Amino acid sequence: MADYIVLRNVTKKFNTKTLGDIVAVDNFNINVHEGECFSFLGPSGCGKSTTLRMIAGFEDLTEGEIELCGKLVSSSKKKLYVPPEDRGLGMVFQAFAVWPHMNVYENVAFPLRIKKMNKTDIDKKVMEALKHTSLTGLEKTFPGDLSGGQQQRIALARAIVTNPKVMLLDEPLSNLDPKLRESMRFEIKALQKKFNFTIIFVTHDQSEAMAISDRMMVCDMGKIMQIDTPENLYNKPVNRFVHNFLGESTFINVVVKDNKVYPKGNTNQAIKIAIPSDASNEMVVATRPNEIEISKNDTDGYKTHIESRTFLTDRIEYLVSVGNQLVKVQTPHRIKFDKNEECYIKFVSPMWYPADDEKEAMERAKRQVI
Amino acid sequence: MFSVNNNAMAAIDGKKRFSMDKLLTIVCFFMLFVVVIVPIFMIIFNAFFDKNGFSLNLITEQFADKKNLDAMFNTIKIAIFATIFGTIVGVFYAWLLGRSDIPAKGVMRALFNIPYMFPPFLGAMAWELLLNDRSGYLNRFFMDVLKLEKPPLNINSIWGIVFVEVSYYFPFVFMQVVSALERMDPTLEECARIAGAKQSTVIAKITLPLVKPAISAGALLILISSLAHFGVPSILGFRQEIYTLPTRIYAVIYNSGGSFEGIRQGAALSVMLVGVVAIALFIQNRILSAGNYDIIKGKSMRPTLIKLRAAKLPLLFLSIFTLFIIVIVPLGMIILISFVKAYGLPLVPENFSFINYQKVFANKGTIDSIRNSLILSVSAGIISMFLGTLVAYVVQKIKPKGSAVLEITSMLPYSIPGTVLSIGVILAWSGAIFGITLYNTLWIILVAYIARYLSFSMKTSSASLMQVSSSLEEASRACGASHSESLADITLPLIRPAMVSGFFLIFLPAMREVTTSILLYGPYTRTLGVHIYSLRDAGYIPQAAALAVVAIGLIMLLNVIVTQLTKDRKGV
Repeated sequence: MADYIVLRNVTKKFNTKTLGDIVAVDNFNINVHEGECFSFLGPSGCGKSTTLRMIAGFEDLTEGEIELCGKLVSSSKKKLYVPPEDRGLGMVFQAFAVWPHMNVYENVAFPLRIKKMNKTDIDKKVMEALKHTSLTGLEKTFPGDLSGGQQQRIALARAIVTNPKVMLLDEPLSNLDPKLRESMRFEIKALQKKFNFTIIFVTHDQSEAMAISDRMMVCDMGKIMQIDTPENLYNKPVNRFVHNFLGESTFINVVVKDNKVYPKGNTNQAIKIAIPSDASNEMVVATRPNEIEISKNDTDGYKTHIESRTFLTDRIEYLVSVGNQLVKVQTPHRIKFDKNEECYIKFVSPMWYPADDEKEAMERAKRQVI
Repeated sequence: MFSVNNNAMAAIDGKKRFSMDKLLTIVCFFMLFVVVIVPIFMIIFNAFFDKNGFSLNLITEQFADKKNLDAMFNTIKIAIFATIFGTIVGVFYAWLLGRSDIPAKGVMRALFNIPYMFPPFLGAMAWELLLNDRSGYLNRFFMDVLKLEKPPLNINSIWGIVFVEVSYYFPFVFMQVVSALERMDPTLEECARIAGAKQSTVIAKITLPLVKPAISAGALLILISSLAHFGVPSILGFRQEIYTLPTRIYAVIYNSGGSFEGIRQGAALSVMLVGVVAIALFIQNRILSAGNYDIIKGKSMRPTLIKLRAAKLPLLFLSIFTLFIIVIVPLGMIILISFVKAYGLPLVPENFSFINYQKVFANKGTIDSIRNSLILSVSAGIISMFLGTLVAYVVQKIKPKGSAVLEITSMLPYSIPGTVLSIGVILAWSGAIFGITLYNTLWIILVAYIARYLSFSMKTSSASLMQVSSSLEEASRACGASHSESLADITLPLIRPAMVSGFFLIFLPAMREVTTSILLYGPYTRTLGVHIYSLRDAGYIPQAAALAVVAIGLIMLLNVIVTQLTKDRKGV
């Protein structure tokens, strides 16, 4: 598998009046393989959209270079900048961006007309694109009269009509309702199979990214956190952020004293878990709520009681206290506890991360402003 | 949807609400009848009826007079060219400031909005001083420098009028298009780039078609304003006997010494003018019946600015030059002339003094005119604010039978030229119908202002009321408040900011009004605009300029106060 889209040391700084220079994208190195579906995942302000826009050619680079299909398209050193129209990409935007003054046919035909293709070819290609996006019969309709799902199909048809090698999808599903979102996900995958393009998919919805991607990049505050397959990201998150961002998480702040682990602020009872060799005095222990065993009589576990109980459709969620902290535990319906009932909990495969950094929290708040 | 809610409201309310709504509705109909319908009716009546009943004599007489026909064609010609050039200039600068990477955008935008505050007739005054064909300062300069026999430019011409009108009316298009460009989802343009279109293709195929509704709305404003415009053609046209319909109406009445025959003739000419406006509106509607697209979707992303690269400097220079011509030159000229000891003297420091300011303020008429204008604009603002909100409330929330009639009636004066409205007001309030004579009093001007500006406050209040969901009032009813309590405690506070801005929308233009008041003023009821106009007319040009400087200063000061007062308000 060849590297199809390559980002080398890509950095983007924005100059803002109130906050000074903001590094929106900090030294990104990404290799996307041919035919892959690669997701950029992260909260708003993490740099994923900016990165996509640099690949598309809407933003220039402060530093670094970008290669598309073996061709250099952006380079800060060589002052090279291929304009978006010459990059031969397909792109779908969150807000659909179908042109309200053109009907469905004209919208889809636009990229071909720009290429000055002859009428019969245009007609053939447009009809094919419309067929694959289930829009046949709506050629003369104006987008304003169509539903959100149909509008997004127009955008898809318009993106595939030129048969691009690379498809950029900028949160294409987040304006659709949940049911539609799922079916569109399958349609996109089916189109990829049929037309054989490489996808970069930008989203802030982790379950969507997990379902659609071969590999994904999780980023936060302008930095790449981890690039891996969805499974590896879930099972081996490299830091607390990735752990929290993918799937459900629960965290306990702990102190390590005399080779024993205590919940922070309460040293009455130790938590019996293995301590990694590089652990410092203060740490965070992370686990999935369904990876905590809870029982009435396994005295080997940490002794505590149930603070609250919430009935969720497919499971029950308990909050139990560990020291002064509350920990989320999720169990199947058959395991029943009452409020205030005594219990013992055991951590199946906890992960260790460094304690919270206050500076990071402030930096995050600052980024929310832009 | 609203009517369903209203029925439900009426049901909980029983009889009580019904009677209060009915009262409000009746007050509305009555006020609009008196303020709008009666003057319009009086014009039509006087134009088509004489002592012997229905007759077309008066109208046909007007059409037989070549001067009137010339005026009509001039009006149309000026309006068409002002609209075309104003639209081109407006769209060009809107795009430049809204979408390109031209520097100093903030400053330029602020400056481009100045012509909007600046009374056009003062601009005409300044340009006449610079470019009249006999002694214009700039003309003399060109003749000296280029050794010309004849003055190269003549502002006292149709093209001169078009030029000055364009420089004051292009902001209508500029502001509409800039805000449309700002609200437009930038991805609409970006995906055309992705599709392979060059920047120029994107502008032609995507951007311009999408802002077409904004362009045509702005162009329509220019067209109507120019057709009805009095100030510029009267200042620039009278000396060369170039008349437009509004100035011709004024001249006819003026020459007849304000006699009833003159006013009747004016009424007949008004019918002609209204006819021209109506035809223009109809044609414009036909040509530019653009669809109303929703282009405001999507997340707000700063639009990618188009790099002008090599064209940046020339375009920046062009913008600065334009601003210089439309803002600095007229303003600077008025200020310079206001200091010159006598009109015609060279503009050098030795000839400057404060004498004009002393003279103009020694004149009792000046203080009176400022006082009159303040009284008129404050009271017209307050009365129209409440009346407009009342109409808006009745139309939006009560929706009685005939609410469409109410809405149209209140909007009617918006497309009726001020000159025409004045004649209607004269005819209605000279004792003809109610036996009340307001002629030569401030009241008659006040009535005309209210009729003229009512639609402004009605529009803002209406837009705001539309956003007040009926569930808010329903919630208050559910908490036990009566209908009138909900109105006072919930609805009114929510639309108060809109009412306040409606007030200022009326107050500011009323402060500098000339078109209506010039036909209505009496010996003691000159307004500020009229006073400047007549000082200039009587040849006291430096004094007129001094008062103009005071007026501009006053308007700018008020404008600053308004922006300070109206920002950061809660409401819808």
